[in-house]
Amino acid sequence: MNNFVILPILIPLLTGIILIFVNKYTKASRVISLLSTLLTVILSLILVNQVYQNGIQTLNLGDWDAPFGIVLVADLLASLLVTTGSIVVLACILYSFKNIGQEREKFFYYAAVQFLMVGVLGAFLTGDIFNLFVFFEVMLMASYVLIVHGGTKPQLRESIKYILVNVISSALFVIAVAYLYAVTGTVNMADLSAKISELGQPGIVTVISILFLVVFGLKGAIFPLFFWLPGSYNAPPTPITALFGALLTKVGVYSIIRTFTIIFYHDTGFTHTLIGILAGFTIVVGVVGAVAYWDVKQIIIYNILTAVGVILVGVATLTPTSLTGSIYYLIHDMIIKASLFLLVGAMVVITGTSNLKKMGGLINHHPYLGWMFFIATISLAGIPPFSGFIGKLLIVKGSLAAEHYVLVAAILISSLLVLYSVMKIFINGFWGEAKLRKEEEKGSTKGLLFPITLLLSLSIALGFGAEWFYPYISQAAQDLTDPSIYIQAVLKE
Amino acid sequence: MKTNDLILQTATKITVFIILAYSLNLFFAGHNTPGGGFIGGLISAAAIVLLLLAFDMKTVKKALPFDFKKVAALGLLIAALTGIGSFLFDVPFLSHTFGYFDLPIFGHTELATAVLFDTGVYLVVVGVTLTIIQTIGEDDD
Repeated sequence: MNNFVILPILIPLLTGIILIFVNKYTKASRVISLLSTLLTVILSLILVNQVYQNGIQTLNLGDWDAPFGIVLVADLLASLLVTTGSIVVLACILYSFKNIGQEREKFFYYAAVQFLMVGVLGAFLTGDIFNLFVFFEVMLMASYVLIVHGGTKPQLRESIKYILVNVISSALFVIAVAYLYAVTGTVNMADLSAKISELGQPGIVTVISILFLVVFGLKGAIFPLFFWLPGSYNAPPTPITALFGALLTKVGVYSIIRTFTIIFYHDTGFTHTLIGILAGFTIVVGVVGAVAYWDVKQIIIYNILTAVGVILVGVATLTPTSLTGSIYYLIHDMIIKASLFLLVGAMVVITGTSNLKKMGGLINHHPYLGWMFFIATISLAGIPPFSGFIGKLLIVKGSLAAEHYVLVAAILISSLLVLYSVMKIFINGFWGEAKLRKEEEKGSTKGLLFPITLLLSLSIALGFGAEWFYPYISQAAQDLTDPSIYIQAVLKE
Repeated sequence: MKTNDLILQTATKITVFIILAYSLNLFFAGHNTPGGGFIGGLISAAAIVLLLLAFDMKTVKKALPFDFKKVAALGLLIAALTGIGSFLFDVPFLSHTFGYFDLPIFGHTELATAVLFDTGVYLVVVGVTLTIIQTIGEDDD
């Protein structure tokens, strides 16, 4: 019994409720949501340390023992992602103060952000597949509110598509859980894993696993289920897009990692080969989109796809090295995607357009912004001292050992094209003749740069301090490669 | 032409109390027979919807001067607090307990803390349903 595990979910939940009461008072809402998110970050850091010192922490909700009640499981992967997720939310809230506008702030904006956080952190921490569904819905409901928040025309149009796609994928999720329950008679992940290894994963379970891949693929935007993402993520304001880009697809990816390392790992020849093929295509589609567009937001959005593909290559390979790489890259990507969206948002604030061809020479007046963007760029592409490098290196190393040469080639070439796509923003947006004089600029970046600095310094630390982070992450991967540790911790047999 | 809703309004005035009593009955019966916070809340909301149909929005708002968004939030708060209550007794989150008491009118009665959680559910359902209906109803101005 360890009630500490619930706190990263409980605190945003309580904050969200309180924010409904004080929605008319903007200042109070800001202070409350900032302080509570800070508290969540601190608590999740303590949680990481606890898990690292004492092994997997579990909490049987309502004092019912594991396979019968709902259990929250904080292993190292979950608690690291909880920490990263809450840091990203913190930065996005800080950014919202200057960027989101009074009217949106008064209409339950901060409450919706807190509920989104409840859903995301809950999905990371749960050890029960139906509870995972519930937290998915909490997250999605909050994201429906946020995507349409403000009610501009593009937001209304895109939210219809977004909701339609997610309602269908949620229905598929319920169906998949129902099939799995019919075959195994349990919804607890540890118990599922034990039951399925007794059965030796018969054909029907493989079918169900593919259904789960489709469901999580729709949430996490893998090829060919990514079609809703480019439009939907382009519609809402910057901090909301940053939250979505950094958190929502990553929850889908996390669910794939979780289910395919703990539950469905007996028929890897079929399932993990399929994941590998889809990951390869996801990378290709991502870079094609990123290279093709001249819209700064779209370029970053397509880069999400590439990153999802790269992370899944590590899962498809399923060796300790590549899984470590995947987790490293997952954490790196949550941070760097958030900071890239926020940076691009600042560019849009200055120029009043997201069309790259109408920008130019921003570095004359905004050197700090320019060089921050440069650092984010090379970190995204994976240039050695920065955080993108280690993850990709480990994934490539693991995949080479498993002789997945095509996937390795895809990752390496995609890195080049990713670098090209974001350098295109840097070169065309920041260099060259200034298109706008200082007084013609549409807005100021005052207050927007601090949250970006926060994220970027974390990203730099993740790269330079790799020695310090590595034990945590490789330990997380170790736990994933040996499901019996997880089962032992939950079922206590 | 102004229609006269005398029969509807008179019938409503009586029926609403029967519906509300039924919803409370379902709410408290939920532990041992079908019912509970969700259906109880829905039926209470249905009673208020009947009031909205028979009278107009203004009258009902005068009779029930609540902001139903806040009612839903209050319900959430109650539900969350019953979970947090378990922290005080050093048991896992959401642990519930029960006991037997001799109450003045009801006699020997079982009281469970799960009812408090259900009260939260009840308020959320009433609050959300009426927020939806009132928001759609008010939309034209």
